[in-house]
Amino acid sequence: MSESLFYKSATELSSLLQSGALSSVELTRAFIERTQAVEPSVKAFLQQNVEEALAMASESDFRRSRGQSLGPLDGIPVAIKDVISVKGASLSCGSRMLSHFVSPYDAHAAELLKAAGAVLWGRLNMDEFAMGSSTENSAFQTTSNPWNTDCIPGGSSGGSAAAVAAGESPLTLGTDTGGSIRQPAALCGVVGLKPTYGLVSRYGMVAYASSLEQIGPFGRTVADVAMLLQAIAGHDRRDSTSYKVDIPDYTAALQAPAKKWRLGIPKEYFAEGLDPEVRQAVRNAIEFYRAQGCEIVDVSLPHAELAIPVYYIIATAEASSNLARFDGVRYSYRSPNATDVVSLYSKSRGEGFGSEVKRRIILGTYVLSSGYYDAYYLRAQKVRTLIRDDFMKAYEQVDAILTPTSPTPAFKLGERKEDPLSMYLADIYTISANLAGIPGISIPCGFSSENLPLGLQILGKPYDEAGIMAVAHAFEQAHDFHKRYPSL
Amino acid sequence: MSEAPQIDIDYVARLARVELSPEEKVTYSAQLADILGYFDKLNAVDVDGIEPSAHPFHVVNVWAEDVPGECLPKEEAIRHAAKTKDEQVMVPKVVGDA
Amino acid sequence: MQYEAVIGLEVHVQLKTVTKIFSRVPYTYGAPVNTLIDPVVLSLPGTLPVINKAAIDKMITMGLMFDCRIADICKWDRKNYWYPDSPKNYQISQYDQPLCIGGQVEVELPGSGRNVMGEHKFVELTRIHLEEDPGKLTHFKDYSLIDDNRTGVALAEIVTEPCLRSSDEAVAFLKALVINLSSAGVSDCDMEKGQLRCDANVSVRPVGDSTFGIRTEMKNLNSFSNVKAAIEYEIKRQVRLCQEGKKQEIVQETRRWNADKGYSISMRSKEDSHDYRYFPDPDLMPVKVDEAWKADLKEKLPERPYDRQRRYMDELGLPYTAASVLIQSLEFGDFFDRAVAVSGKAKECANFIVNDLMRELAAAGAEGEGSLPLHQCRLTPNHIGELVQLIDQGTISKQIAQDIFSEMFAEGKMPSLIVQEKGLKQENNSEELEKICAEVIAADAVAVEKFKSGNEKAINAFKGPIMKATRGKANPQVVDELLRKLLAQQ
Repeated sequence: MSESLFYKSATELSSLLQSGALSSVELTRAFIERTQAVEPSVKAFLQQNVEEALAMASESDFRRSRGQSLGPLDGIPVAIKDVISVKGASLSCGSRMLSHFVSPYDAHAAELLKAAGAVLWGRLNMDEFAMGSSTENSAFQTTSNPWNTDCIPGGSSGGSAAAVAAGESPLTLGTDTGGSIRQPAALCGVVGLKPTYGLVSRYGMVAYASSLEQIGPFGRTVADVAMLLQAIAGHDRRDSTSYKVDIPDYTAALQAPAKKWRLGIPKEYFAEGLDPEVRQAVRNAIEFYRAQGCEIVDVSLPHAELAIPVYYIIATAEASSNLARFDGVRYSYRSPNATDVVSLYSKSRGEGFGSEVKRRIILGTYVLSSGYYDAYYLRAQKVRTLIRDDFMKAYEQVDAILTPTSPTPAFKLGERKEDPLSMYLADIYTISANLAGIPGISIPCGFSSENLPLGLQILGKPYDEAGIMAVAHAFEQAHDFHKRYPSL
Repeated sequence: MSEAPQIDIDYVARLARVELSPEEKVTYSAQLADILGYFDKLNAVDVDGIEPSAHPFHVVNVWAEDVPGECLPKEEAIRHAAKTKDEQVMVPKVVGDA
Repeated sequence: MQYEAVIGLEVHVQLKTVTKIFSRVPYTYGAPVNTLIDPVVLSLPGTLPVINKAAIDKMITMGLMFDCRIADICKWDRKNYWYPDSPKNYQISQYDQPLCIGGQVEVELPGSGRNVMGEHKFVELTRIHLEEDPGKLTHFKDYSLIDDNRTGVALAEIVTEPCLRSSDEAVAFLKALVINLSSAGVSDCDMEKGQLRCDANVSVRPVGDSTFGIRTEMKNLNSFSNVKAAIEYEIKRQVRLCQEGKKQEIVQETRRWNADKGYSISMRSKEDSHDYRYFPDPDLMPVKVDEAWKADLKEKLPERPYDRQRRYMDELGLPYTAASVLIQSLEFGDFFDRAVAVSGKAKECANFIVNDLMRELAAAGAEGEGSLPLHQCRLTPNHIGELVQLIDQGTISKQIAQDIFSEMFAEGKMPSLIVQEKGLKQENNSEELEKICAEVIAADAVAVEKFKSGNEKAINAFKGPIMKATRGKANPQVVDELLRKLLAQQ
């Protein structure tokens, strides 16, 4: 199969399927073969369900032959981060705790993808329980950045970003709790979108920090991401935090004529710690929009620098409770060394969790413990209100906000593993969106001198995914960063 | 909290039911002290009169009607358990607190 | 020195909803192990809770029954603790914003005798909140087994102020909960099925002291008699320690009541005091209760049982023995009210319901299942009402009414129809009766002599044969008058 096929956008592949120029079985085979070829150096997948995928592809071809295609996603391979439940598939969350767990139910997003005819074909590597920014915290393997296999792909959805970048899957799903979609998308040179909190049901997504996270799409282009988001967005009565909102036609919104947007530039995001090459690439993007006639407005998000402490208090507190169910009793790893119930808990959790997960559980337990709640958790929730108010105030002036996605390009494997605080700082530009609940997209906006991708983040108003995708699409149409491929 | 507080790592690990090796305790104590020191930034903010946010958006009264849905087969209750007996998950005898 | 007990209760009541509190699995008592499960009940990774609206409705109803303040807004908190009966290792509960605040429950203390109404008083509530029930652990010699059928059943925790002073008051409180909550359809409160479970906090102090002594807690007392016995034992134990000067031996602890042996023992002391790390559950949104919602539920509230008892005694003139039975369930009280509406005769209706109907229901119940439920029998309030009317109008005698009762209970036929079909109408025709009376008098000269010599009771000797001859249809009053007239002529 030609190289051009697995580097084509999902939108193009969808046209090929619809025109009959290509069958889903041929397409799925092409991605399976491509994956076999590059996976030894990328290691994005934890599991590939080749036979099942081919069966789903053949069903898709059958439907199409009878004129019963389920839509643009019918027959397109989609690989899924191993934290989103698919009935009959593994759900390891990158953890030894759940290395043998097979889920008996579908996540809402998985149900919707099946209903759209997508070929669900693999489980993607991730930081254990989505805790990390490099995918080095997986209990099973280390995923490499396809642009430089000595570098991290970002995290925690590193597998999802790397698989798209490496041409292993045209579309993937990831999850974003503090930047876990946008940061790896930036570092791998693909498009990744975190929806507004409540747009995509969390039912079937294993919780790390419930009040912050969303499932979201990865693709090669903004249009690809729009197509996948269209399939998974919408209200679900099984998630109390799922929001009842009309879902627009995202693809149609991209085709609308470019507008003269008012775009906000928060000075706090261009301060100390920002890599000069990233700064320059984002500056160039801003100049592009200015040249298009957009109004560039300086905005202030005064509480931005507090986002990291607020995030790590709220996220670890929620995690300490969310992960209590992994206790060695009903379905998670049970230590063979336990003698009584207390040691069954402590040893199973001590042995079953990796070091970052244990660190966050300890931190989260501490901030909730008697005597510390007000000083940490309650105060963090109040500052969270201030952070959200900052954004809402800025959106009175602007339609969207432009920032770098990550302060640096991909760093080397192992470089920050022993220094958790420096790892936490990798999320500095992304976590505010999770605290405020707003949508954000990362698109390629340049390359470093070492040929590593750089990302532009566009943050939008609540439920204005269509708006930020349109802004992103306008940039993409005028540039060719998304058409460059890593040499693997 | 101008001085970074020391976590009582033994107490917190027991509360979290996570057994840590002596080496882990040393490493974590130091790292967590660093992180908590970084959290001190929060104390500079005046939060008087600010409502805490448990969720990004304020929505109320999300519920379900009292109508039965599907059950799972009983095998799923024990399918992944390390030890079972009489169609139930088995644990060492629970005495007092766990 | 005289000591008094200070008792506070925490009562868990299973709400009568079809499905569990956060999942749509239906709950039934006694189902085979681990059959009432779904991914949410098992708390499988990725699952989320959604609150059952009916559970909130029941809670508000309960709050209105007990004059609690219903919170305008309440939220959900996680209580984090480790125990294998809880698949998440946290319980979704309400910590600092419960749905019902304050309130009071009217209770009736035992009277001096069975037929005498005891004193009524009010027990103050601290709060009532909603939470989820854990699963069931069965303990064996060296292992425990987990059944998740009960996991996630909707549970109300009712907390009283430490305002109870005796085991009788505690039991009276529980009985008041049972009749109030079952009347309102909030809970069936069947203690044998674990639908009502009681924890008791007990301390003692010298009479006149206003400070509290050290309290101990007795968990999971699962019958009225256990509640009574466990509290009495604990009061005696603490008073004895005080009197012996060993007050310091009373420590804050949880004690387990051994119902078979009649004593309690201290459970293993806790290593750490509990640190539940409560925080708002991010998976659930708060509940806001507006006036319209409350008003709607208030309209559906039943008459409070003790209000009903007062009405029956004060307005309808029922004796305590009947009124107290009728208020035990909403069904009987409503049945009675409707029968009275038909007949206008309260005492007579009450007699038939409390004596005859309840006896028949008990006899008709399936083996080991107790009485037949009222709604399953074929009698309606119209049956009782009409029966009472027939007696009142002199159409049938009380004796005939007994026979009709059994038949209408068995067949469901209206009493007037039975009277018609069997020709049971009372015989008031004096001409015919006089003939029969004359015959009977003529046949028993001995009795005539006895009566004439002043033995009043001898008149009864004629009545049996007359009833026999008329197959019970003779109006006893008419017969009595005729006999006296005829005997006087002898």
